[in-house]
Amino acid sequence: MSALTSLAQLRAAVDGIAQPLATVRHCHVAEAPLVLVPLKLAGEAAAPLAVLVGAARDDASLLVVPQPRNRDLRFQFAAEFAKLVLNHIETSRGGVEELPPGKDGDERIRYGDAPQLLVPNRGGVGFLRLLGRSTRFRSTEGPYAVDPAVPVLGRWLTWFADRYDHPGSSLLRAMTEVLRLHWATGQSSLEDGNLAALLGWIDPPDGLDGPAAAARAEDPVTCPPAGPATDPTFDNEVLAPAIAAYDRSGGDHRAEERLRGAIAGQLEPTWELMWRAVGLLRALPEGASVPGRWERDRDAFTYYHQTFGEAYPQARRDPPVRAARRLHDLERAQDAYDAQRAFDDPLVMAEYRLAGQAFGGVVTDCEPDRLDETGKRPKLRPHLRVGTADPVRLDVGTTVCNAARPALKGKIVELAAGSVLLELTGGMGRKLTAEPGSVPRPGERVCFTSLSEGSFGAAKFPDREDTPWTHGGPPEEYVPTDEDAEEEWS
Amino acid sequence: MTETAPDLDRLRGGAPPRNHDARTIAALTANPGCARRGVMDAAGVDKDAVARELGFPSPFGQSQFAITRGNAFEAQVKADGCAELLTLLRDGLGLAVPEVAYDDLEVVAGNEGRELRHARTRRLLARALESGEGTLFDHPLLRLEIAGQLAYLEPDVIAFQLAGRLHVIEIKSFAVVDGQAEPEQVAAAARQSAVYVLALRRLVSELGHDPARVSHEVFLVCPENFSNRPVAAPLDVRPQLAVLERQLARLTRIDRILDALPGDLTFGPGAALADAVRTVEARYAPECMAGCEMAFFCRDEARACGATGALGRSVRDDLGGVDTIGTALALADGSLDPSDDLAETAAQLRTAARLRDEALAAVRAETLAGAPTPEARGARDGAA
Ligand code: SF4
Repeated sequence: MSALTSLAQLRAAVDGIAQPLATVRHCHVAEAPLVLVPLKLAGEAAAPLAVLVGAARDDASLLVVPQPRNRDLRFQFAAEFAKLVLNHIETSRGGVEELPPGKDGDERIRYGDAPQLLVPNRGGVGFLRLLGRSTRFRSTEGPYAVDPAVPVLGRWLTWFADRYDHPGSSLLRAMTEVLRLHWATGQSSLEDGNLAALLGWIDPPDGLDGPAAAARAEDPVTCPPAGPATDPTFDNEVLAPAIAAYDRSGGDHRAEERLRGAIAGQLEPTWELMWRAVGLLRALPEGASVPGRWERDRDAFTYYHQTFGEAYPQARRDPPVRAARRLHDLERAQDAYDAQRAFDDPLVMAEYRLAGQAFGGVVTDCEPDRLDETGKRPKLRPHLRVGTADPVRLDVGTTVCNAARPALKGKIVELAAGSVLLELTGGMGRKLTAEPGSVPRPGERVCFTSLSEGSFGAAKFPDREDTPWTHGGPPEEYVPTDEDAEEEWS
Repeated sequence: MTETAPDLDRLRGGAPPRNHDARTIAALTANPGCARRGVMDAAGVDKDAVARELGFPSPFGQSQFAITRGNAFEAQVKADGCAELLTLLRDGLGLAVPEVAYDDLEVVAGNEGRELRHARTRRLLARALESGEGTLFDHPLLRLEIAGQLAYLEPDVIAFQLAGRLHVIEIKSFAVVDGQAEPEQVAAAARQSAVYVLALRRLVSELGHDPARVSHEVFLVCPENFSNRPVAAPLDVRPQLAVLERQLARLTRIDRILDALPGDLTFGPGAALADAVRTVEARYAPECMAGCEMAFFCRDEARACGATGALGRSVRDDLGGVDTIGTALALADGSLDPSDDLAETAAQLRTAARLRDEALAAVRAETLAGAPTPEARGARDGAA
């Protein structure tokens, strides 16, 4: 949050409509994302009640557990759900790209595409995570045998939930968060957590303004919650009697249909909202660094898919070195992601200008052919003076680059009120005269920043064999036990 | 009874006072600057009823599935004189728990019985503290002074004496999966437990004992993973205790607020209710949604007067404490000259407005001229 975002919120509140926080789309949107709207039984950690799932607006599958307390019905649900999700994963791979061999001569490939899962909100991510945890250790043999697809689903869901934590990854996304990255509303973040209210501000239905649409969205009768928690009144007045009727009927088909109908009524409005949101995101031009990040996602997917057969289910807890490495990776990814968004989008860069880490303005003076002849060989070092009204908080000597063309680099040599003098150091070609067009001319608008897109040193962590004893010594490879497989799910 | 008691009775409009629970007190500390809530809570006004009467019912409904699950889990843990609970404390946490007596203090029900029940809690605890014998007290009725008023507290916990120290045991039905529970739920449980610890400490010192005999370590009992099997974990609530004590001390004194209010003010039902509520100043923030029954009414009021706080505390902070949207926007577009203390905020806002407009205008111009595609940008980069 910053004064800039807050200002957008104020304007949204006054104008009654959401205001842009981005001018490009900062996430990948798959051609056919798998949209999931899950519901769970209130009071339980991860007892699935239903899910509406599908990769196209007109192709929704509704899966329901008619008695969520019945273990057999739960696993039946998990098996059906697994088939849908796994089928989507297998059909979203695209072609195979051959990559140059790795350092040790390994063959390397990358799938041309990857599956993208979209859920309405953070709660949906948490639900998938827990569902993954509660199914990945299941045994497909012995007294508690489950359908072979169930533990496979568990491992994939765990993997997706893990990727969700990775800044900039688009493999699993919560819609409210993605929308909030692109628009500011005139309500608080708490209310923005309600997908219907948030979309009401961004794209109000005909005849309504943002506040009116959001107010309507808060009525659980017109706009049922987007899950995974259900509306308590629905639970008490509709769901409980319908489940009881199903129980009394001894699993009668008509009773089940009635239950499914009631649940479908709770899920369908959110389903529509999800696809409307997908449409809104698609309408935004894609940020320049989005394909690169999606490529990293595809790499991660390719690797997990390729090694799936050789690996065990993910451990219950990360061993310490892995946890530390992961934390480090996530922090690096966050820094890179933040910087990339700023380079892609002047509205995000404006945040850095406000914070003094970037400055924009008009070139007032320019010496494009200036040479530095103090060394052995002369170097091309053009001077550029930028007039700016921004509150620059950078020191003399800081390296900066051009936001529109990061290859153009320079050093701050002088700071005065309202202007910055730069010595350009790179990105102008190899000759002693700058490539035509590479040095901005007087009158041109430019923006320079101290941000850089990458160049983070690699993490130095001990290999797992060398885990210090203070962190428990080398971890044992996690091998699931029988107890894992038999874990109660009640 | 204190001198303000008659006023407080009138404020309730003749209705009996409501008991607090730890949730309401923990929430009170979340918004200590709110006079409205302070007055209503001190008087024991049924805020839920008031909100409903005002046409802003609070959405604190609970699913019967959640209630059933919670009750079943609690009953299971407490069955046979808390047999399962004792096993947990002995085997799970390795405590040397001797034979214990179990007393349920919820025997006298209803509001009329509050003094009686509290007296009984006092009596039994006094005896237990004297003898030092191991005891489990279920549903003790405690008291805590809030903003100069005594509030009754209906804890859904067990006070448990071990080796001369009292511990609070809280049974919750949220799951602990692989040793981890939802952080928000643990945090809420810790805040509530801290209220009980504090109230117990007050009681213990009233009884002439060292308040430190109530431990800051509480025991949280939750279902493990996806089962009904309980697991116990010790929880140190010292940080929450510190916050609670500080906030309670800072709570605006109710009698001072009352002095400034009209003598005939009442929150009884009727056409004048909304005005009566508005007479007492509120300080709405989105956090109210999670903890105060008046939240929808106050949010409506805050939005109607363009309060920046309705957008969230962080927005208010970003705006350097400027209270209304109109003022903030006027400072941003320069139509309002800032006072000295707002000069910095105003400068920041004006820069923010300029940068935002500049960025949006640049993009609009580019779109008109045909937005550059990523490939075009790549080509430009190729000059490097
Ligand atoms: S909802 Fe209203 S009365 Fe309750 S704490 Fe918030 S501002 Fe005060």
